[in-house]
Amino acid sequence: MKLIKNLALASVFGLAAAASAGAATLDDVKAKGVIDCGVSQGLIGFSNPDSNNNWSGLDVDFCKAVAAAVLGDATKVKYSPLNAKERFTALQSGAIDVLSRNSTWTMSRDTTLGLSFAGVTYYDGQGFLVPSKLGVKSALELGGASVCTQTGTTTELNLADYFKANKMEYKVVAFEKNEEVLKAYQEGRCDVFTTDQSGLYAERLKFTNPAEHVVLPEIISKEPLGPVVRQGDAQWFNIVRWTYFALLNAEELGVTSANVDQMKTSENPEIQRLLSVKVKNPDGTEADNDFGKGIGLGPDWAYNVIKQVGNYGEIFERNLGQSTDLKIARGENALWNQGGLQYAPPVR
Amino acid sequence: MTAQAPDNRTVSPPPTEARGSWIYDPKLRGILSQVIVVALLLWGFYEIIANTQANLKKLNQSFGFDFLSQASGFDLSTALVYFSSSSTYGRALWVGFLNTALVAVTGIFLTTILGFVIGVMRLSKNWVVSRFATLYIEIVRNIPLLLQIFIWYALVLKPLPGPKQALNIADSIFISNRGIIMPHPEFGDSTWIAILMLVAALIGTWGYRRWARKQQEQTGQARPVWLVSLPIIILSPIIGLALAGWPLTWDFPQLAGFNFKGGMTLVPEFIALLLALVIYTAAFIAENVRSGILAVSHGQTEAAHALGLDNGKTLRLVVIPQALRVIIPPMASQYLNLTKNSSLAVAIGYPDLMYAGGTVNNQSGKAIEVFSILLVVYLTTSLLTSLLMNWFNSRMKLVER
Repeated sequence: MKLIKNLALASVFGLAAAASAGAATLDDVKAKGVIDCGVSQGLIGFSNPDSNNNWSGLDVDFCKAVAAAVLGDATKVKYSPLNAKERFTALQSGAIDVLSRNSTWTMSRDTTLGLSFAGVTYYDGQGFLVPSKLGVKSALELGGASVCTQTGTTTELNLADYFKANKMEYKVVAFEKNEEVLKAYQEGRCDVFTTDQSGLYAERLKFTNPAEHVVLPEIISKEPLGPVVRQGDAQWFNIVRWTYFALLNAEELGVTSANVDQMKTSENPEIQRLLSVKVKNPDGTEADNDFGKGIGLGPDWAYNVIKQVGNYGEIFERNLGQSTDLKIARGENALWNQGGLQYAPPVR
Repeated sequence: MTAQAPDNRTVSPPPTEARGSWIYDPKLRGILSQVIVVALLLWGFYEIIANTQANLKKLNQSFGFDFLSQASGFDLSTALVYFSSSSTYGRALWVGFLNTALVAVTGIFLTTILGFVIGVMRLSKNWVVSRFATLYIEIVRNIPLLLQIFIWYALVLKPLPGPKQALNIADSIFISNRGIIMPHPEFGDSTWIAILMLVAALIGTWGYRRWARKQQEQTGQARPVWLVSLPIIILSPIIGLALAGWPLTWDFPQLAGFNFKGGMTLVPEFIALLLALVIYTAAFIAENVRSGILAVSHGQTEAAHALGLDNGKTLRLVVIPQALRVIIPPMASQYLNLTKNSSLAVAIGYPDLMYAGGTVNNQSGKAIEVFSILLVVYLTTSLLTSLLMNWFNSRMKLVER
């Protein structure tokens, strides 16, 4: 009897404690002094640890940008590597503050999971990788193939749609862990490996003989990848969203990590607003330009992001661009005024 | 909670002579304390449910099982019933359950045989045989099962060729790293005749066995049971098929493009999982079998020999029935272990219940609903297995007079 009573009480208190968490994420993060960021288990160019467990990649740099904006220090990030199945549960339960893990923005994820996508940090699309010795030139020749992929992804769903729409048969072989998928593909369990095209290029680098595999030209889906936060905390959502916009605006205005200090003296009002520089009038009066207040942060929020992490273009070049093994062109991820889709509302 | 307060009416004075407050009435106190505990429990459950609902609401999520009828949108690598991306989430869970049942049932069957063989081998007087069994048991049960599953998966996949170079057995069975592809029997409408014949044969042999036993009890004459019934059981459906004009056609697999078309496929994930589960669980069953046989005192064997029973009959009629009493209860928990361990299938991508549940959860976002379904299904299957084994155990118990 006593045991039952104790158990009942414990479970009630346990749940009550869990319920109290998750209200104001900003306060939690400030109190912890660190941001818990959900990333992938290793995807070159997006989030990948080196042998010393130093993480790098576009998604990782986004975590750093949020840390720089909120805590003023880009190193104050704790990375939680998550597989595709765990990622949303980890965010819902409050185990992480932001999920920056090459996750596709879809309607059901945005509306039924209690989560919100804060933006699109990378416009991607799903492609196919095949061994070149198969001699396949187009995805439309893949009828009857066995396809390796990861469970719990949009990839798995697009795959079914694509083969159905083109009236082709196929066999899916899906694993929970990306490593298992790659191993199965390399051991010949399947003919095709499918994921987002950026992922195909990144994973191919890990193969012993990358030259023996080709990425097919077809892109079969829209995969807008972006950071995700819990629904119901508008302030935190705004912080994550505007950190992303600040990265884009900085690139558009030519503000980089190298010149951000000189830019503080810029006469361009857009830059002044982005960096929250006080405006000095000729008559000696001053006017505030503090847009950090609106998201509960100090005036240095965007300055810290750009100074410590760089603008969107710098992040892209560093992790995916021509200087890396991936050599991915900007394509859709160029700024809107350079033929791409990346577009941020103005700071004003 | 059904415990009653001690009935001490015989020693306490009659109730009319009220002595002190009602608080000291043991009967009333008993009832009162039980009411309080039940109320606390109910309150606890209510709090858990209300809290979960409130938390879900805060996350803008709703609780309900409507999602089960939504189209799943994903495919599964192997299914015993029809499944495609336009089948529902509920169907995906059902396919997962059938796949779990398939691996559990075949696994239990095979592991019992292997376990018995290894267990008996360990008791063998032959040094090599008994040491081999000891080595097997000690190695297999001391390596984590998940690791063994990965090892078997690699061992199954690595040496096998691609589908175009598949090992070809008589142009009908093909073995490649896509799995074992076999001809698939397709039964016509008149197959019921064969099924009817089989049922009749089963009932007939059962009756014959009863009759033979009665004869033996009355006359002491043993009649061959297996020698008569086995051919009948095997032959009767074949004769039935012949009578029905062979309504059976075989769908042979054929290499077409990337893969085989037609036939039925045992995927390598299933084979690897089955191997790992069977080999792992057999080590534990072997130990159960050994302990069961050792529990039967040697005097029993000597007594049987003194009665003139040969070695085979001694084992079959005297030792094993008594050993079974010891073997069956722990065997039940090994069967349950095997069934539950099959959920490790997720690691190598065999679409069992856990895998289907995980995918459904991830694609629909209904974590609480999906996991409560999984919980109920695993619990029900385990309890059913347990009930079945308890029933079997009570049948096998020594009838004490």
